[in-house]
This record gives sequence, C-alpha cells and structure tokens, in this order.
Amino acid sequence: MVKSETGYIRAENLRKEFVQPDGQTVVALSNVNAEIKPGEFISLIGPSGCGKSTFLRLLAGLTTPDEGAFTLDGVKITDASYERGLVFQDPTLFPWLTIYDNVAFGLKVRSIYHEKKKDVLDFIRLVGLQGFEKAYPHQLSGGMAQRAALARALVNHPKVLLLDEPFGALDAFTRMNMQDELIKIWQERGTTTVMVTHDVDEAIYLSDRIFVMSPRPARIENILEVEIGRPRERDLPEFLRLRAKILQILDFAGKREDIQYYL
Amino acid sequence: MEKIAVQSELNPEHKKKPVFDVRTLLPALSALLALLINVLVPNSPKYVQKPLPYFTIALIAIIGITLVFAVLSLFFENLRKRVAFKSWFIAAFILLLNILNIATIKLMLLQPIYFPNPDKILKVYVDDGAFILKCLGYSLRLLFTGFFIGALAGLTTGILVGWSRKWSYWVNPLIKIIGPIPATAWVPIALVTFPTTFTASTFLIALAVWFPTTVLTSSGISNVQNSYFEVSSTLGAKALHKIFKVALPASMPMIFIGLFNGTGASFITLMTAEMMGVKFGVGWYINWQKDMLSYANVYAGLIVIAVTFSLLITLLFRVRDKVLVWQKGVIKW
Repeated sequence: MVKSETGYIRAENLRKEFVQPDGQTVVALSNVNAEIKPGEFISLIGPSGCGKSTFLRLLAGLTTPDEGAFTLDGVKITDASYERGLVFQDPTLFPWLTIYDNVAFGLKVRSIYHEKKKDVLDFIRLVGLQGFEKAYPHQLSGGMAQRAALARALVNHPKVLLLDEPFGALDAFTRMNMQDELIKIWQERGTTTVMVTHDVDEAIYLSDRIFVMSPRPARIENILEVEIGRPRERDLPEFLRLRAKILQILDFAGKREDIQYYL
Repeated sequence: MEKIAVQSELNPEHKKKPVFDVRTLLPALSALLALLINVLVPNSPKYVQKPLPYFTIALIAIIGITLVFAVLSLFFENLRKRVAFKSWFIAAFILLLNILNIATIKLMLLQPIYFPNPDKILKVYVDDGAFILKCLGYSLRLLFTGFFIGALAGLTTGILVGWSRKWSYWVNPLIKIIGPIPATAWVPIALVTFPTTFTASTFLIALAVWFPTTVLTSSGISNVQNSYFEVSSTLGAKALHKIFKVALPASMPMIFIGLFNGTGASFITLMTAEMMGVKFGVGWYINWQKDMLSYANVYAGLIVIAVTFSLLITLLFRVRDKVLVWQKGVIKW
C-alpha cells in the first residue's frame, strides 16, 4: 500500500456565507478547522444543510471562503486545479465525447496528452471499463459512468481526490461494488481522498476518519477514528458500535435544530 | 437475437432465394400507364405545335430504372424493403406527372402559356441546360460566400454574447433590434453602400444567416450546465478550453438549429437578391424568363432550385448527424 507524501490539507477558521434571493444571509460554514494528512481517506457526514458540500467545494476551489483558508501542502487554495480532482454524484461526463476522450480531457487541456497517452488506457482499465473506450456516455449504466468519471479525475494524478456523494445515485449492489473498487484504487494510489456522503455505513466502510458535521452553525461536530483493519466487514462488532455512535451524534445534531437528515 | 441473425447469414439458401414483393413494380406500372396514355391518346386539337419526344423518352427511362430496381430487389433484402416502402410515393408522383400531361397537352384544360406541358419543360433542359447550370454556379457562389461569412460571424457573436456579460450587455440589444428585420428590407441600403450587387447580396445573405446563428449559439452557450464548467476546471481547463472544448460542443445541437434557420433565410434572401438585380443566378433566370413569358423556362428553373436546395438541406442534415453522433438516442428532432 502506497502512502503519498503530498496532499496535506489544512482548514483554518473557514467561514462561508450565502446570500439568499430574499436577501437573507445563511451561514454555510463557520469557524471550521481541520487537518487531513497525506494519503488519508476522510468522510464528511451530516444532515442536509450542514455545509459538507460547501466544505468540499471550497476545497476544490470552486468557491472562495469569506474568512479563513484551505491550504494544500502549505499553499493557499484560491482556484480550481487539476491537483484536486472532483467527482460529483452525477457523473457529468461530457456527453459529446467518447469515454476515451472524456478520460483524456484533463491531459489534453493541460497539453500533456502526447507524453501521457498511455495513462488514458491504464486508468480506463483501472476502473474496469476496457472495451468501452469508444462508447458515448449515454450508452453507459450509472455505475459505469461513475467509474469513467473517477478515471477522468485520476488520470491527472491529483494530490487530492474529492468525492461528492459519488455513489448516491447507484443501486445498493452497484454501490457496494464501487466502494470496494474505490478502496482498491485508493490503496494502490494512496491519494488523499475526501468524500461527502449521507450513508453512515459507507463512511465507516471506507474512511480512516469520519468528520461528523452539524448544521447551523455549520461546523465539524465530531471527528471519529475508524480503527478497523482492512478489508472491513460490515457486520463486525466494532463496525456496529461505531455506527450506533455516529447515529447518536447525528440524532443529537439533528434534533437540536429540528432538521431532517438522511441515512 | 444476435444468434438468430448469425444463423440466417450462415444459411446461404436463405440469402440467395429471390423474394418478390409486388409493390416494387408499382412505379414501373405507373410510368407504363403514363407512357401508354402519352403515346396512344391523341393531343388536343387545340395544340398546334410540333409534338416533342422528351416526355416519352423520360417515361421510358423511368420504366427502365424502376424495373432495374425491382429486379435487384428480388435478391437484396434491404433494397427490397426500401424500394417497397417508397414505391407508393414514387408511383403517385409519376401519376401526378401523368395527370399534368393529360391536363395540358391532351385536354388543354390549363392556360398553355402559364402551364406548359411536361415535354416543353424537358425541352428547356435540352436547349438551355448548360446556361441554367451556369446560372446555378453563380447562385451557389453567392449563397456559399454569404452563408459562410454569416455563419462565422454568427458563431463569433453568439459565443461572445453567450459567454461574456459585457458583450451581452452591449451587443444583445443590437441583436434584438437588427436581427428581426428581414434581410431583404436592407436592399435599398445595401445597394447604395456596397460597390457591386454581388457584395451587396453577399452582405444580405450573411445578415440573414447571422441572426438565427447568433441567437441560438448564444442561448445554447448560456444554457450549458454549470457543472460541466466546474468539472472541467477541476480537470485543469482554462477559460479558452471552457469556451471551445465545453461550451461550444455542448451547444452544438442549438447551433445546428440556428444554422438550419439561417439556411432557410439564406435561400429566401438569395432569390430576392437575384430577382432584384444580381445578374446570372437561377433567381435572375426565373425572373428574366417570366418577363419574356417563357413559363416552361420558369418551371425548369424552379425545379433546379428545388432539387439544389433540398440537396443542400440534406447535406446539412448529414453533417449534423455526423457532428451530433453522440446525441443518438438522447434527443431527436
């Protein structure tokens, strides 16, 4: 198992506000501090509206914080970059490109396609899509499209892989398969990975640490270490204990503001 | 399914055995009927000119060609299906020619100056075909020049307006005011502004193509899902990549709608321009022949235009299908 040297993330006093159409200001994140070590697998879990997607978007550089900053390996994050690859719940493959060209997109816009051509096929193979290079996105199933999106992000060798509920739209079997694939890829590549999820089991099954977030004021309520050896089984007593604990924290976090959450 | 298909291909007898579909003979029968009427029914006594052989020759050629297709259809299943499917329409079309022939030369039901018989229209091609082709060349040169300038300008303004707020602020109102004016309304101004009628007409056609291309390109680009841009920026794309590698391909379906509208507008403008003074195009030819009351030539010109324009539209459809191959099964229009 590879552990990368790079991909060290720090969040310092993050604050992000949104102005709603009616003029009201909503605090999406407030006073958030966090540290993510190179090669770690982190899950963000919490009820809707707890700011976990905002956390991820700030980390991706798609929005900028109102106060505080994210740093990656000591450098402040100000803009989106290929160093932080992002996969959404919706695969958002470019429908006008074949799977091959979708995966090659990052290399092409960075003008390193000719040197790194081989990577495209390697990553297509890594996610198990060999034979579908010439297919168009609409010809793929949801799980296959998500694999392609993963390959597209990984081909850039990002320091950090950001996943925003990547398996949320998949059926239960596909989801479990994809979780295993993701762990396999993460163990092979050792890329620091930050995932937003609604699924407590998924968070425990995949992560080194779980950030449990609470809404309004949105912040990190609790950080839990998952001290279960890999490969993990979903019915181990430690697994179940941790799950009960997270549910309890979430329940508490949710009830305080009377907000609905999803498991 | 696949296995069955493979088996039938492996079975040579299944493939070789000729299959007859009676529908494949319909066009030939319809043409035969027209031929018999043309040859056996005497011309109207009011028709005093020398009889011409062209319609008879054309019908014999049609019978020959349709029979060849009918025979080939015996052996090739795909061809048979296509020929059988189209046969009713083709037969009806030949019947229409037949009726036209009866109504003109046989019964003289229609005013012969304005509604010439098929023989006379065919004679125009024999006598004047080379000149009509030359006219067509002039028309196409004007059409293509104007179309490409207009499409290019339309794409450019469409991208700028769809992409940048500043451009949208300054240019959008202009598009809204200038765009809806039919290009032909500019004729008086264009004629005095440009040195030649050719450049004036090029401008008018370009203007006609520019408007729909601009509007649909810009609305296509401003409607591209934001997540495509977000994902592309996390993959390393910069602004120019986002325009040319994301926004533009994502709006291609809309751009093609604009180009189709523009093509239609360019045909209208071309004809108007030629009828108003641009020399030697098919539109000019039609107008000229109309003034000389040679209606057979007018029809001959109209047929050339119909065939050419529908070929051009078909060509554009082919290009679209090629460019938008990724849309197959997603959107159809």
